[in-house]
Amino acid sequence: MCIAIPVKIIEIKGKIGIGQAGGVKRKVSLLLLDEVKVGDYVLLHAGFAISKVKKEEAEELLEILASLEM
Amino acid sequence: MKYLDEFRQKELVDKLTKAIDHLMADIDRKITLMEVCGTHTMAVFRYGIKDLLPHNLHLLAGPGCPVCVTANDYLDKAIAYARKEGVIMATFGDMVKVPGSRSSLAEEVSNGAEIRVVYSCLEALKIAHQNPEKKVIFIGIGFETTAPTVASSILTAAEDKLCNYFVLSGHKIMPPVMRALVQDHELKIDGFICPGHVSTITGSKIYEFLSRDYGVPCVVAGFEPIDILQSIYLILSQIKSGQAKVENEYNRAVTWEGNLKAQALMAEVFEPESSNWRGLGEIEQSGLKIRGKYGSFDAEKKYPLSIEESRENPGCICGDILRGLKTPLDCRLFRKVCHPSHPLGACMVSAEGTCAAYYKYLSV
Amino acid sequence: MKEKILLAHGSGGKLLHDLIREVFLPAFDNKFLRELTDSAVFDHRGTKWAFTTDSYVIRPLFFPGGDIGKLAVSGTINDLAVMGAKPIFLSCSLIIEEGLSLSILKRVISSMRQTADNAGVEIITGDTKVVEHGSADGLFINTSGIGLLSTRSESSSPRIKAGDKIVINGSIGDHSIATLSGREEFDFRTEVKSDCAPLNDLIEKVLSQSSGVKLMRDPTRGGVATILNEIAIGKEFGIELWEERIPFKQETIAISEMLGFDPLYLANEGKVIFIVKDEEAKKIVKILRSHPLGKESEIIGKMTPEPRGKVYLRTCIGTTRVLDMLSGDQLPRIC
Repeated sequence: MCIAIPVKIIEIKGKIGIGQAGGVKRKVSLLLLDEVKVGDYVLLHAGFAISKVKKEEAEELLEILASLEM
Repeated sequence: MKYLDEFRQKELVDKLTKAIDHLMADIDRKITLMEVCGTHTMAVFRYGIKDLLPHNLHLLAGPGCPVCVTANDYLDKAIAYARKEGVIMATFGDMVKVPGSRSSLAEEVSNGAEIRVVYSCLEALKIAHQNPEKKVIFIGIGFETTAPTVASSILTAAEDKLCNYFVLSGHKIMPPVMRALVQDHELKIDGFICPGHVSTITGSKIYEFLSRDYGVPCVVAGFEPIDILQSIYLILSQIKSGQAKVENEYNRAVTWEGNLKAQALMAEVFEPESSNWRGLGEIEQSGLKIRGKYGSFDAEKKYPLSIEESRENPGCICGDILRGLKTPLDCRLFRKVCHPSHPLGACMVSAEGTCAAYYKYLSV
Repeated sequence: MKEKILLAHGSGGKLLHDLIREVFLPAFDNKFLRELTDSAVFDHRGTKWAFTTDSYVIRPLFFPGGDIGKLAVSGTINDLAVMGAKPIFLSCSLIIEEGLSLSILKRVISSMRQTADNAGVEIITGDTKVVEHGSADGLFINTSGIGLLSTRSESSSPRIKAGDKIVINGSIGDHSIATLSGREEFDFRTEVKSDCAPLNDLIEKVLSQSSGVKLMRDPTRGGVATILNEIAIGKEFGIELWEERIPFKQETIAISEMLGFDPLYLANEGKVIFIVKDEEAKKIVKILRSHPLGKESEIIGKMTPEPRGKVYLRTCIGTTRVLDMLSGDQLPRIC
């Protein structure tokens, strides 16, 4: 129902950031999300950052799966 | 791409597939899970996930495709506005080809209507700034993920004292429709794969009543193959151990409380109202209308219009498909007269609609 | 069929095919047209010729990696080249919207000249029409082209069969992504340039060094998925594509993820798909990679005995799914 992809915030001016993913840059409105810093990954949906993407949680799941013995 | 490629690794997919096989062997009965979100439906088809699942594990596509569940009366209104002089309709690409009762926005373009496809409602704001002599009406569809972005555009328009930007709100929210689905006795859903991106805004807490009051396991899921398989694994584990709770597989982006700021903006601009879902009918408190305070940005308040009575195609079974009771293969129109270049029902129009996904990705 | 022509009729997918089958073929029916190839092939006094025409409408007129002029020359050259013909002469017909700046026109014309020079063809006839403001979008170009089929390509190609390989000369979707990035309403910035280029030299090189090529097609509108469907439909073989082997630029993947596009349906203007004999496939990739327009060439799939007439994608996680023809334009989605 909602396409959103992780982009890295590489620049912030006021409530507008520049998000980057796979060599593509796009303006990202930060009006819906506080405390975004340069270097953060956020989910971009319809031009807005809607949530942060957390590295630890992402890695944790992958590590658990990788360590499973099947 | 970071946070996408890692979740598409074949070795991990193989491991999860085996784990799901083991669980299903233990459970040893038919299990039906609903992926509520249309983007999940797309991912399931795009990655051929059904190929990986045991035969007695079924995935049902749910009502989480805004294009599919938007009823004809809303579309007919959008089309009626598009026909008015001096109006620019701004819309997400999703809505352009959806047939209303008698026409579609794409057909109106060929009749001279001005319709601009945008990626964000912020571009619609820009169009309003650039065309002060025109009325710019944004077709506001989508669930809790998208509604805050549109709320934000209305607040920005209010701040900028923009007088020619309006929203036709057709936004809907998830919990009431999920309640309607679990209360539907014709349906037997053993677990919900919950919409990950809606949950970034709402938090995973909104599904608590489903597991607590109805005993249905809920897992909030991301959109990559590993996310979907891991979520299925978690739901099956709950079923096997006789539990029902809300778990969050997508915890890299979703929290229990959600995005409080976005929730506040949404509540500032919108209030719940009864809403008409295609195939599901009126559901109390399931839609979002613009509050009176922001009435000057509400297209319907500002420019009321009456439309001919809306009608649905009588042969179309989108309703039953949206409720997960039937699949497109049960529909007499599917592939024969209803296909993506000539869609009769919304489930064929939306790329994430069940019919379009079946048409596009399923071998026959 | 709908009562009116929609934009989607022009996007090279199923709607256009219906239009050709239901309107154009019955009206013009003849043995040349019935072939439905990129160019018509005819005999004249013992020599075989290929003849083709194409119109170019694109917004913006100038985009990263090219412009409407380069596109108009390259596209027609490519339609001839994929038939195995050596392009010789082109025509150039312009429909200009009143008010177009002369300097823009000059830039486009000079680009056409340069592209034609580089490809070794000449533009030997033309026409100009000007229409009222609002009746066209700046500039439309039509080019027709004529090319000579060498004796080598006269021997009819061996039939395509299961086991044959599919080769492409580089990354998919660059043209769509570059033109999309050039449109301000979507506001994406990338370094991707359109692949727009005349391919006659590259094709000539392959054909002169290998006899393994059975069929060539240029995957323009509708993309690789649509062209492969056209190749497979009604035939004795199916097609299996390998997702992991298909060259994509990372920008193409990123924009496709953002806007909900399937990159296999994005347009290309400098790509050619070769159906080749299995035993020649590696050699052909090597030949292609030695040419500037083929550095990223890959074997991306094969012909299979079953299921007949269908195109399948083997995904990165080892599953399969059907690839159908494009139905209508891909529009940016949020859902």
